[in-house]
Amino acid sequence: MIAPLLRRELRLGLTGGNAALPVIFFLLVATLFPFAVGPDAPLLARTGGGALWMAALLAALLPVDRLVEPDRAAGVLDQLAVRGVAEEVVAAAKLLGHWLSFGPPLMLAAVPAAALMKLPAEVLMRLELGLLAGTPGLAALTLIVAALTAGLRATAALAGLLMLPLAVPLLIFGAAMVEPSATPGAVKLLAAVSLLLVAIAPFAAGAAMRAARD
Amino acid sequence: MSDAPLLRLDGVACLRGGRLLFEGLGLALAPGEALLVTGPNGVGKSSLIRIAAGLLRPSAGRVERSGATALADEALALDPKQTVAAALGFWAKLDGTDAAPGLDAMGLTHLASVPVRMLSTGQRKRAALARVVASGAKLWLLDEPANGLDTEGQDRLTDAIARHRAAGGAVLAASHQPLILGPQRELAL
Repeated sequence: MIAPLLRRELRLGLTGGNAALPVIFFLLVATLFPFAVGPDAPLLARTGGGALWMAALLAALLPVDRLVEPDRAAGVLDQLAVRGVAEEVVAAAKLLGHWLSFGPPLMLAAVPAAALMKLPAEVLMRLELGLLAGTPGLAALTLIVAALTAGLRATAALAGLLMLPLAVPLLIFGAAMVEPSATPGAVKLLAAVSLLLVAIAPFAAGAAMRAARD
Repeated sequence: MSDAPLLRLDGVACLRGGRLLFEGLGLALAPGEALLVTGPNGVGKSSLIRIAAGLLRPSAGRVERSGATALADEALALDPKQTVAAALGFWAKLDGTDAAPGLDAMGLTHLASVPVRMLSTGQRKRAALARVVASGAKLWLLDEPANGLDTEGQDRLTDAIARHRAAGGAVLAASHQPLILGPQRELAL
């Protein structure tokens, strides 16, 4: 049951520039940040990791209006419900499909972004590890907020207001990982927060999709 | 024809936006039967279809369905960028069937490789009905199935319904205009 749903999510996520948009945004921030703070390599190396985490967080917001609302408006969610497919299964397929079209491309983009920030190789390694642990949580948050705001008007600003406060733990532990004095505990806490969000997301997003039907 | 009903509604009431659309509504559809719900716009025909589909919870009463259900309403639910065959194929795969008989029944076979976004209003309606035909579900719920269909399309719909009923299926349709489902009962809301 979940395989055709996942294939559809991947097709929607990877075609029509949908995967490119967050990556381009992420790289754009990485390009602009050195212009803003100046070409001071030690300063960039010290602040660049945190700036890249901010960029990743904001890039995760971009797909929020295409994840659930088009399917609700087109009646896809209704047709799935009539077939007895649980909303939680739909949400789980969306979560996995969204992360696959968002997480790995962002991790690839982090390599040139780290070069622009003059990050040392070992900081880049920790950034990549942090993104691997943190992007599932970001994808889960995006899905929850997308399901909560489906059917509402002017969702872009509302989605930001809903999502950014909830992303604070991810940002704190993610940014802690790229600090020079990073402790091994940061990645564990980041993974824990991320896992919690991933575990909640199918149920929260599923309930929101069900509630949006009336 | 005395088999267990595919759909039974018991004392169903529908409250929408603080307005009582109908209450105490009961109906049963046995295999081979068809019921046409008629009435002016806004009287609650679509809500009744959505309640029967399980998409809307009735404010009171009980809804029982046995077996698979197929729904065709105003929403197309086909990905606009995909071809007609691929978009219908997605649903056919979920239903464990093949989309081709549906395309054939609604006269869409020659449009199979055309993207869904290029379809006209009537062709979209045909595609939505083709999904119902291909689904293999016993119970068809059709909301304004003849909207936008030309005479030929309506004939194909009538044929498809006749075949479906002969094979032991049931149809609940809502329409504000006269619609021939074959020998049918009518329920005026």
